[in-house]
Amino acid sequence: MTQTQGKKRLLDTRMVPAPSQGIIPERDLLSTPVLEARHLGIEFGGLKAVEDFNLIIGKTEIAGLIGPNGAGKTTVFNLLTKVYQPTMGTVLLNGKDTAGMNTVQANKLGIARTFQNIRLFDNMTVEDNVRIGLHNQVKYGMFTGIMRLPGYWKGERRQHEKALELLSIFDMQDLAGVRAGSLPYGAQRRLEIVRALATNPSLLLLDEPAAGMNPHETEELMHNIIKIRDQFKIAVMLIEHDMNLVMGICEGICVLNYGRIIAKGTADEIQANPTVIEAYLGKKKEG
Amino acid sequence: MKKLKKSTVNNIISFGIVIIAFIICQSMIASGAMKRSLRGQMVPICVYIVMAISLNLVVGISGELSLGHAGFMSIGAFSGIIAATWLNAVFSIESELLQLILAMVIGGVFAGIAGVLIGIPVLRLRGDYLAIVTLAFGEIIRNVLNCLYFSLDGKRLHVSFNNPNIPGTVLVNGPAGATVANKIATFPVGFALIIFTLIVVMNLINSRSGRAIMATRDNRIAAEAMGINVTKYKMMAFVTAAVLAGMAGALYGLNFSTVAASKFKFDTSILVLVFVVLGGIGNIWGSIIAAALLTVLPELLRTFADYRMLVYAIVLILVMLVTNNPMLRSLFSQLARRRGREAQTQVGGADE
Repeated sequence: MTQTQGKKRLLDTRMVPAPSQGIIPERDLLSTPVLEARHLGIEFGGLKAVEDFNLIIGKTEIAGLIGPNGAGKTTVFNLLTKVYQPTMGTVLLNGKDTAGMNTVQANKLGIARTFQNIRLFDNMTVEDNVRIGLHNQVKYGMFTGIMRLPGYWKGERRQHEKALELLSIFDMQDLAGVRAGSLPYGAQRRLEIVRALATNPSLLLLDEPAAGMNPHETEELMHNIIKIRDQFKIAVMLIEHDMNLVMGICEGICVLNYGRIIAKGTADEIQANPTVIEAYLGKKKEG
Repeated sequence: MKKLKKSTVNNIISFGIVIIAFIICQSMIASGAMKRSLRGQMVPICVYIVMAISLNLVVGISGELSLGHAGFMSIGAFSGIIAATWLNAVFSIESELLQLILAMVIGGVFAGIAGVLIGIPVLRLRGDYLAIVTLAFGEIIRNVLNCLYFSLDGKRLHVSFNNPNIPGTVLVNGPAGATVANKIATFPVGFALIIFTLIVVMNLINSRSGRAIMATRDNRIAAEAMGINVTKYKMMAFVTAAVLAGMAGALYGLNFSTVAASKFKFDTSILVLVFVVLGGIGNIWGSIIAAALLTVLPELLRTFADYRMLVYAIVLILVMLVTNNPMLRSLFSQLARRRGREAQTQVGGADE
């Protein structure tokens, strides 16, 4: 199967009509947007890494964030997850203002992410990595754990079951006992997604999920992202350089250059946008 | 399920080895086969094993460097000694065992409070600040204890700072240290403390909290992104270690007739750190072996007289070289793998 055929099939599997001007898909219009960024920006000692970033993501939308290298895409992710505190603007998560929150609190509000440079707990098993994602989902106290009270056994069993269930999304349940660091690159990326999903987010941020994957794996990933969205009813926002993936599954795409949004729209709109083409390929010489 | 069973089997084997070692030592003491000098070392060995395990919880499991572990030990020792005498006077507790256990609990509580006080400001920071602050803490505690005077007047406890003239029988006499009325520490209690420490630390590591602690060590940013409160879990490891060190300190204090603050110098903290590093950072069983051997070693090296510490240092260097030798390492890992495979097939057999 050639790549274009694969892309066409994926476009057909998209269950909703592509949004146009409003960015938010029609099915999400009635519910509170999962993410609302208003005039978001950050300065590093006078350098404006991101400024005037406005974006609304619908409750079950798959959104793409693209742009040339150094455009500030990962900085946006770091702002949304509160790794950096924004110097300007606000972020609303499920309608709640996240001002003054830290990463942990943002995660509890329902935002989970993966990292561009994989950050797994390498020396732990695949299952333990997912269990750490389940940290705030299946709880029992330190004392219960030390005394091995009934709550411990119950909690451990639930964590085990849930971890395997989540791993089965990517058919990784057989790898549960393997050391995470010894997994191949693509599997590590998938494990990061599973771990992020384990925190029960309403918005999943994927930072270059297809980096280092071969075309076949990428295609599988596209199916899986749609599957995750449909199964968990969550929104997904992804940074990606693989345009087949972005154009294939993202309902709304936002293009960033030099820290500013230069275009927003559907895949077709973005592909036809002269500003975007200019940002990627440079300006045509006059005459 | 397989993995759980395998780790349980391994733990049972390891606990079994510790218990057998205890039985051998105890029977040697009973039959008089053990040298007198070594017999006197039994309680300190237990104490240092507990110290090493608890420091390993901080250094190995939570990944923070602590250079003032002896400080917690000294708090435990002094509060334990005072508590034992005071309890005896006020509640007239006859049973020595109960006195000792209560003294250890109180020593642990006070050391834990100190741990919380240090941890709250320091563990919020990123970086190696804990090492600097605990280093200072160890020195400060030692100097403060040098100036403290405690006395028991009937049922009342008197405290004074830098003033030796207080009424009643003096318990803590400044730089001269604390006087212990009766040495109630025993080897079986020390052994029980080791088992208690092992259970607490092993169960903590293999639980939700333990995984969170190790996650903060391996990758702080990822742990925070997973909703783990890094400060809370670093505190958990640090305070647990402080409590255990305090309990060990109380046992240590009640093993001698006098204990001076100068016993808990920076050297002692470093000594415990040496146990942890030699036994393998993060390796609990390694800490036990290293602590036991290195506490006995100076005693065994007595034949070298003046060159004792020189030989001691050479032995340390040799152990370091040997454990880092790639050939030996691969041999060990092969052995471990074979043992792991056997354990797995055994479990597999049991499942069928």
